[in-house]
Amino acid sequence: MSAVPLDSTFAPIGAGRRRKDKLMRGLLGLGTLVALVPLVLVLYYLLKKGLGAVSWHFLSTDPTGNFLGDPGGIKSAIFGTIEMVALASLISIPIGVGVALYLVEYGKKNKFASAVRYFVDVMTGVPSIVFGLFIYITLILSGNFGSFAGWKGSVALALLMLPIVTRSAEVVLLLVPDHLREAALALGAPRWRVVSRVVLPTALPGLVTGSLLAIARAAGETALLLFTAAIVNGTSLNLGQRMNSLPLQIFTDVGQAQDRLVARAWGAALTLVVLILLLTLIARFVSRRSRLT
Amino acid sequence: MEAASISTRRDDRPTFGRSSVARWPDKLLRWGLTALAAAILILIAFFFVRLYIESRPVFSKFGVFGFTFDNNWDVSRSIFGALPLLVGTLVTASVALIIGVPVAIAAALFVTELCPRKARGPLTIMVDLLAAVPSVVYGLWGVFVLIPKLKPAEQWVTDKLHFIPFIGGAAVAGPNYFIGGLILAIMIVPIVSAISREVMATVPADHKEAALALGATRWEMIRMAVLPYSRAGITGASMLGLGRAIGETIAVTLVVGNAPQIGKHLFDQGYTLAAVIANEFGEAANNPLHRAALIAAGLVLFVLTLVVNAAARYFVVRGTRGQRAAPGDAATAAAAAGVGG
Amino acid sequence: MTPQEAKEMTSEPPPTTGEQSEQTESTKQRRFGGDGRSTRRTPTEAGHRVTIDSLNAYYGDQHAVKELSINFEPNKVTALIGPSGCGKSTLVRCINRMHEEIPGARATGKVMVDDTDVYDERVDVVAVRRAIGMVFQKANPFPTMSIYDNVAAGLRLQGTKGARLKERVEQSLHGAGLWDEVKDRLARPGIGLSGGQQQRLCIARALAAEPDVILMDEPCSALDPIATLRIEELVEELKTRYTIVIVTHNMQQAARVADTTAFMLSGELVEHAPTEKMFTNPDDDRTEQYVTGKFG
Repeated sequence: MSAVPLDSTFAPIGAGRRRKDKLMRGLLGLGTLVALVPLVLVLYYLLKKGLGAVSWHFLSTDPTGNFLGDPGGIKSAIFGTIEMVALASLISIPIGVGVALYLVEYGKKNKFASAVRYFVDVMTGVPSIVFGLFIYITLILSGNFGSFAGWKGSVALALLMLPIVTRSAEVVLLLVPDHLREAALALGAPRWRVVSRVVLPTALPGLVTGSLLAIARAAGETALLLFTAAIVNGTSLNLGQRMNSLPLQIFTDVGQAQDRLVARAWGAALTLVVLILLLTLIARFVSRRSRLT
Repeated sequence: MEAASISTRRDDRPTFGRSSVARWPDKLLRWGLTALAAAILILIAFFFVRLYIESRPVFSKFGVFGFTFDNNWDVSRSIFGALPLLVGTLVTASVALIIGVPVAIAAALFVTELCPRKARGPLTIMVDLLAAVPSVVYGLWGVFVLIPKLKPAEQWVTDKLHFIPFIGGAAVAGPNYFIGGLILAIMIVPIVSAISREVMATVPADHKEAALALGATRWEMIRMAVLPYSRAGITGASMLGLGRAIGETIAVTLVVGNAPQIGKHLFDQGYTLAAVIANEFGEAANNPLHRAALIAAGLVLFVLTLVVNAAARYFVVRGTRGQRAAPGDAATAAAAAGVGG
Repeated sequence: MTPQEAKEMTSEPPPTTGEQSEQTESTKQRRFGGDGRSTRRTPTEAGHRVTIDSLNAYYGDQHAVKELSINFEPNKVTALIGPSGCGKSTLVRCINRMHEEIPGARATGKVMVDDTDVYDERVDVVAVRRAIGMVFQKANPFPTMSIYDNVAAGLRLQGTKGARLKERVEQSLHGAGLWDEVKDRLARPGIGLSGGQQQRLCIARALAAEPDVILMDEPCSALDPIATLRIEELVEELKTRYTIVIVTHNMQQAARVADTTAFMLSGELVEHAPTEKMFTNPDDDRTEQYVTGKFG
């Protein structure tokens, strides 16, 4: 290694510049850490305060509605969430994929499709509480459809999920290479078969991922259920009546001064987060098996 | 697959023809999907109209400007001026932007430019996981962890900085604007970060190499090549974060105090448009005017988020120069960008 | 630009022979001192030589440059030719240590610029890149910067400001032969120029930082013949003051512009000789086959 004399060609750059570089890089790393600290803290407290509350009894008993004494568990909340989100998915996923199909197969150049695409984008920005209000106005206030009910919560959730499903479905469908479509069309297949036999199967993993993420979002929604499904204690399989849900259960329990109810809130929160994390993990796993991504 | 029927008969059918029966499913598909798409447009228009109609009672009593800008939200006397709500919404959203956007950009820059390749995946997943926590859980955590633990620190700040108006000098309320803004900041970091990352990833390697070849340090390269190129996209990302912060309901209502006043300082209690709807909905069930007022608040919220999001998308499209994102990112970004409650 | 004009541009009088070596040392000191503020290069100064010794470059497991040793003579133009994938771009990028920017890429061996090994641990890679200018295949002016700011970019990094900056920018634009075409629109965006002009802008940008060596990686491959000719003329002028290495897949260009030519094949240096010899009477068979178009 040759000695580098002081007056050599490559004397180091100014110390000020070096310091600034180090400083800024440190700051950026620090910023990243700051972004992650809340995640760690939330998970930590969820486990610390929620793990103790969760038990088989907890998961399999309905809330009793008692302020004092045994508050019961969260069975109806779990069932309610699953039922309402399932119905919402049944509504929003086919419609969402349908709209995305329209945009991709028929709508590449026309203005109508651009308008639709723009407004779907707009819909992703609408606060969920506004969706809830809207369903409340059309389905409850109008008196035609009865009072609070589980299915109305589902409709509101479906409205929330719709733009998410559509946007992610559109991106995935666009990734299906055109030459696949062209090959099928050149062989004489009618459009609907191209879609059902070529496009959809190829895009399937991506569509599943997008849908799962939308479902995960819906499972955590609280505000719009406030004025659509309301809250009730008993487990019900009847979507035509008021229905409990995990987020709402947590919300009502947080407002109470009672220790046991707060403990139940933490337990329910842990359950909800585990549910959502599971959905997200499955979504990522499916996405990795996709041929398109 | 059905093949086109090639007929050697020339009399009644064209040589390459399909019977009209066979063409039905295609037509059905096309018109069915088009109708579906049209329904979306009709739906949104319908939203707007219904919200307006239901909120008319309160607009006719106080006037649109009266409702929106009067500083008096008094439920017991049925007076509804939404200024405290507007101010609260703007204050919490501003705090959220001031804290959340720099952190999100720092995380995005770090992941795309600075961290070792192997760490990129895990770090990205972790930042995106912030979006997986539902807002009610953030609210729960805010009430029982953040508020008590931060109170001493907040009191210290307000005592030390007592000479700064709005920040200094008074008693710190438990739930307050600051905590509301802080929780919102945490919630918008994943969206702003995800979109900023996408935008930064589109910076052509050319420009980065040109900067490095001139003898720039890593930070100088970021400053010369990455940040200027990403400016529009980052602005759009921040505005999407703003839209989310404005519409966020449950987490905020649990930690902002729900006091129908314009708080006197950062650590005082306040109220937001979204929080008032969630909070007072139960008691408004029997009071038509109150209910109309809440719906009107929803309408104002709707309009605000529409405007902010429209502007945001304009910037993001300009910022990514129209290039489509990778599907994994887009699905995550789409899901994360939804506004929650 | 004639050497006469170049002389007139320098603000210091050329040192007399006796004082030359001291002056050179202190000039160097001032030029590459801590804040990087530079002084004018004097035309009588001997140029900078690049000596490469046993260079090996890898992309992960792929061995792109194999045990390569070569000299680039001061103030001369050396062309690097060879079929695609032979490693000529990689070699050049190893000189200013841009190669290691690619994930998984590494290099071993010695690259000496004058008496310093660029890969020495004590050497700051940023300082290396400042002292070696690079012009890329595709012109890459900074899109958000004006013409002026583009040329000034490297100088600003070193803290040059004000009147001195303006002077240097003007000189560099003259040096790149672009001044007359852009002097009225320095504030306009750099990407508003034509392809050939953008490439000359990138050359001006590289010149402004006063490098010792200029590396050009197929600078004309995206340009039309007229713009190409313009740049080749520029290279002729520049070689009086800089050591230039130019990678090209165009053998006619090598013949027109280069003093010596090096032929590479599969990561190895096959032959390095004065250009005329390379193209009329090369020593190696493979060279002969390549230059007569039998392959590549």
